[in-house]
Amino acid sequence: MTQPELVQSLYQTMHLVRRFEEKLVELYPSDKIKSPIHLSIGQEAVAAAVCAPLNQDDIISNTYRCHATHIAKGGNLNAMMAELYGKATGCAGGKAGSMHLVEIESGILGASAVVGTTIPVAAGYALALKNEAKKTGEQRVVTAMFGDGSTEEGCFAETINFAVLHKLPILFVCENNEMAIHNPIERRQAISIQERVKPYGMPMGHVTSGDVFEMHDEVTRLTESVRAGNGPAFIEIETHRWLEHVGPNNDDDAPYRNPADLKKWKENDQVARLAEMLGTEKTAEINAHVEELVAESVTFAEQSAFPTKEELYTHVYA
Amino acid sequence: MSMLSNQRLLRTVDALAEACSQEMARDDSVFLFGLDVDDHKAIQGSTAGLLEKFGPDRIFGTPLSEDAMTGVAVGAAMAGMRPIHVHIRMDFVLLAMNQLINMGAKAHYMYNGQIQVPMVVRCTIGRSWGQGAQHSQALHSMLMHVPGLKVVAPTNAYDAKGLMIAAIRDNNPVIIMEHRLLCNAEAYVPEDLYEVEIGKARIMSQGDDITILGVSHMAIESMRAAKFLKEEGISAEVIDPVSLRPLDMETIGNSVQKTGKLLVVDNGWLNCGLSAEVLASIAEQGLTGPDGQPVQVARMGFADTTCPTVRCLEDHFYPNGRTIAAKAYQMVKAQPTATWLPPEGVQPEIQEFKGPF
Repeated sequence: MTQPELVQSLYQTMHLVRRFEEKLVELYPSDKIKSPIHLSIGQEAVAAAVCAPLNQDDIISNTYRCHATHIAKGGNLNAMMAELYGKATGCAGGKAGSMHLVEIESGILGASAVVGTTIPVAAGYALALKNEAKKTGEQRVVTAMFGDGSTEEGCFAETINFAVLHKLPILFVCENNEMAIHNPIERRQAISIQERVKPYGMPMGHVTSGDVFEMHDEVTRLTESVRAGNGPAFIEIETHRWLEHVGPNNDDDAPYRNPADLKKWKENDQVARLAEMLGTEKTAEINAHVEELVAESVTFAEQSAFPTKEELYTHVYA
Repeated sequence: MSMLSNQRLLRTVDALAEACSQEMARDDSVFLFGLDVDDHKAIQGSTAGLLEKFGPDRIFGTPLSEDAMTGVAVGAAMAGMRPIHVHIRMDFVLLAMNQLINMGAKAHYMYNGQIQVPMVVRCTIGRSWGQGAQHSQALHSMLMHVPGLKVVAPTNAYDAKGLMIAAIRDNNPVIIMEHRLLCNAEAYVPEDLYEVEIGKARIMSQGDDITILGVSHMAIESMRAAKFLKEEGISAEVIDPVSLRPLDMETIGNSVQKTGKLLVVDNGWLNCGLSAEVLASIAEQGLTGPDGQPVQVARMGFADTTCPTVRCLEDHFYPNGRTIAAKAYQMVKAQPTATWLPPEGVQPEIQEFKGPF
């Protein structure tokens, strides 16, 4: 991919995430979406960078803040919006909602609302892919997304130990927005995430700049290392959540927020930066396409039917 | 039990090992892991020979990380493998509850059928030789509570092999609750591959006067009780539920309509447990005995305490053949205060059991 193509691709993904979620902000007061939504506005660059080096048949595991990576990994936008509406045409027929988005055919493992739970599940998937590669010679990779809060869960430490021990094809991505609900990281962690992970000896990255290209280069380097069979890798990407933990609102004035941080990150907005790099004409063209996609997803969701009551009892057991 | 060829007398652990070995040979997506599964003791012998046959990629010991290892099983199962995750005691399953309940049990439903979780969790309840508070817990009722999980409890080598095979082939998480005292119990086991149906109870002995439902090791004690009762002219029908979720209420219901009396003997606590579930179901169905009267019910199980370590207290923690017989006698004779107690009997699996494991 040439540099202009990369700029365009990253911009399109980030802008689509941004506009999709801005549409949710607009729709939410209508109560058409009766599901908690954890928005990624401000964190789009991470999703775009992380998914860029992945193939469709690579796997990503998500947290409940999963809209951005769901879109960036290629999740069907109509099925996603329909799921948020709770419609039968949703990616999980209305049984998942925002917190458990899933689309196996796009390599998107179901997201979980219990912090950290998808990390070992992703490792289990990676174990299967390591096994598969012995037969096919093709190494698919798993990218495990999680936040800074997840690194405090016991299963995080348990999983990275196991993954290193078994040289699993998994990239651990810690999307560090420094907030667990309303609890800042300095009140939760005795030593840094980097210091805790370093002793395991994995290839590591740490992007603090918010620069989407740096994220992209580092994630690509580490993903290719994983794909080459070198075992797991770990990257921490610092970012910032612009909106409240859950819901569509700003909470700039809440006591846990540092207004200077928010200001700094908003000035460092990668969506605006890449729009400027692309120029007015190209941006307008992409934006028009994105608006169509978002509008189409809303129409699709609104025109779809709710599941019938029989669906309550389907898929309890396989 | 069905008549299949090439039956041999096998210990339960050997039957489990044979089931795993045959299934691993048949299907290369099956693998087995857990702490100590590949050591020289091989989980009482129940994983013996697998390492030599299948190598360390398909049978391997794990870190002491029950939560994450359960997640690994869930993830591998989602990817199409068929993991068997082994816990040497059931108490350690408490550390795996998050993954079992939040992910394993729910994934198929929550993701609307896009994902299946065909995994097996093997775990053993301990008893005696001081297994005590944290090596003797029966947690089947907690697991039975959750839609999406299946729970089975084999009490003999035949069922152990057939249930293990059925569990491996099942597309849901299946918990196999084994009993430490029954590890070495022998039964005739076919060499062939066969499944014992998950969801089907087994009538262990036919009778007309009372139905006794005995879970796990209590199926053995209930059979002892039936023998004592027979000497008093009481004919007890003993049912081993085999599968706890799904639970075969049809077989139990048919039996109690014949006998009019049901004594549930759980290998676990009573409060909010399997026994309560069975009796609630009987009551809800409004089942009546041959005399048209509502079925008379009672239940026994672990004392409502933590399991003590010392034997003289532990003896009173569990029901046994004598106390079960005495309770059944009271019900059949309609004498709630009858004090008949059978003579001391032998319980070789308890008397002969020596630890330290």
